[in-house]
Amino acid sequence: MFITQVLNGLQLGSIYALVALGYTMVYGIILLLNFAHGDIIMVGAYVSWLVMAQLGLPPVLAIVLSVAACTLVGVLIDKVAYAPLRNAPRLSILITAIGVSYFLENGAQLVFGADAKVVPAYTDLTTVQVAGLTLSFPSVLTVLVTIAATVALTLVVQKTKLGKAMRAVSEDMGAARLMGINVNSTISFTFAVGSALAGIGAVLYAMAYTQANPTMGMMLGTKAFVAAVLGGIGSIPGAVVGGLLVGFAEVFVNAIGLSVWKDAVVFLLLIIVLVVRPTGIFGRTMSEKV
Amino acid sequence: MSEKRPIISTGGRGPAAGGARRTLPMPARYAINAIVVLVLLVLGELMISGGAINRYQSTVLEQVGIYIILAVSLNIATGYLGQLPLGHAGFMSMGAYGCSIFIIRMSEFLGVGARDFVTGTPMAFLIVIGGLIVGGLCAAIAGIIIGIPALRLKGDYLAIITLAFAEIIRVVMLNIDDVLGFELTGGAAGLTGIPGFSSFLLVFGCVAVVCFLIHTMMKSRHGRAILAIRDNEIAAEATGVNTTYYKTLAFVVSAFFAGVAGGLYAGCVGVLQPAVFGFMKSIEILVMVVLGGMGSMLGSAISATVLTILPEALRAFSEYRMIAYAVVLIIVMIFRPQGLLGSYDFSLSRIIERVMNRDFPWRKRNDAPADTAEEKEVSADV
Repeated sequence: MFITQVLNGLQLGSIYALVALGYTMVYGIILLLNFAHGDIIMVGAYVSWLVMAQLGLPPVLAIVLSVAACTLVGVLIDKVAYAPLRNAPRLSILITAIGVSYFLENGAQLVFGADAKVVPAYTDLTTVQVAGLTLSFPSVLTVLVTIAATVALTLVVQKTKLGKAMRAVSEDMGAARLMGINVNSTISFTFAVGSALAGIGAVLYAMAYTQANPTMGMMLGTKAFVAAVLGGIGSIPGAVVGGLLVGFAEVFVNAIGLSVWKDAVVFLLLIIVLVVRPTGIFGRTMSEKV
Repeated sequence: MSEKRPIISTGGRGPAAGGARRTLPMPARYAINAIVVLVLLVLGELMISGGAINRYQSTVLEQVGIYIILAVSLNIATGYLGQLPLGHAGFMSMGAYGCSIFIIRMSEFLGVGARDFVTGTPMAFLIVIGGLIVGGLCAAIAGIIIGIPALRLKGDYLAIITLAFAEIIRVVMLNIDDVLGFELTGGAAGLTGIPGFSSFLLVFGCVAVVCFLIHTMMKSRHGRAILAIRDNEIAAEATGVNTTYYKTLAFVVSAFFAGVAGGLYAGCVGVLQPAVFGFMKSIEILVMVVLGGMGSMLGSAISATVLTILPEALRAFSEYRMIAYAVVLIIVMIFRPQGLLGSYDFSLSRIIERVMNRDFPWRKRNDAPADTAEEKEVSADV
């Protein structure tokens, strides 16, 4: 029983962590709270449903297409809505992000209808035996995929040339441009990576909750956003830790029978962390130049 | 407002070298604006009682007024103080619940029936005013509780912590009855039995009073301090502005008026459900402020009006209207990032003064400096 709860916490936390990584990366590079990020997950879940339930294609294709669709949508959003506003006041970009979020939600509602669609199971395997324990297969898979994705992301950011460019742009966009870094393509790449992670998150979410609806991205996105801020927005380990913290907090509150207070507890946790550490757990304190 | 001017004074900047610029004295300005507001109110009331505006339209008008108050009050924290609160709906719900609970209990206690609120007996009127103030105070207290920890944070962290507080308020409203055994909010089923006390006159009377109070506050020493914090917090602190105090003040005033609007909303709708005051409501109000132009009271009022009437007008196309709304939002932000009106504000007195001086925009001025809108006067009702 205890192990199950821990695994549930890990599973939920992992999904939050994957989504939070997208928030953190976009924030790190252009200081934008990308409100549309949660809705990208909704797009991914719908693509999975479309491919498997409507077209009857194999789950592997559904996974690949979901991730690809999310990546495409993420880059497209950046090109169409955010790129023209690179030098605009930050609040304008924020409102644009809200507009994009509305657009995706209502577009999905128009195309697919307001009712939830059932996403078929990706695999017939429901449980696995690990060290004599019977564990839920989707949970184990979620945790493993999240670990792999985080390691891969860390390697990309730390070891590759593009990763170096990303770090440079987030440090100082002007100086990075002077050093010959193509800032726009670096930002697009960041959106692509963040959205691909959201796509993976979408598949894992659909695996756990087997449904897609137009507004599913809103609460998921908000919670993941909280997770990113909790860990210190802009920090990759912070996003993972924040995601796990939020996941565990929710599962714990559920387990002790106070599920109606779940959201309040998550937000209260955020407030407490921010009051004690104003930039989150792993956040860097930036001194302001006068 | 302690400026003392002679009836016809020679202002600093004249349209021509050596020419005296005629200005209006302050009492005259207030008198003109007050008369205009009164005329508009009476006109609106006559149109409603005369039947030129039907019941449905007058309800929409009330909503417009409520959203104007919400947008203008959020504008204090966003446009004037330069912060980004995402929890305005939280304050609104505090006000709505505070006001309705006060009114329900008081009318039970004093034996005022629901009909008295519609016909408007003096006792009912007093209860309503009391309720609105109680609602505002509830929201202001929430504002203090939220503001003190939140204002230690900067920028986006402040945004997210206000969002978190608003969500907590919503969850508490939802569950306080079931868990703690109170009989306050009615939980998810909603708070019912609120007398329908909102009317065109009450709502727009409140709009006028709120706009007037915000305007005078922003013209005062305190308002200048708030603007100084927006423009450069460090410089403001260095020149002796108590930044913590003024940030909290702006935040609390903003919350207070949101609470008043919440009270009016309760009286207009009649049923309160916590789900209404979610994150999307806060965003809706923020969109009004940003779309209208931050720091422009007229901008907030116009976009609140347009964004309230437009969805009603587009009911026939309800499937597409939210998509259209989203597209308009994105397009306006891409082509006019500073909002529709930027920081321009309307001033009746300024226009009258220009007419008095025959100082029209189409007349060429050779030696006068460009009009820098140094006198931002806002007519209370637009």
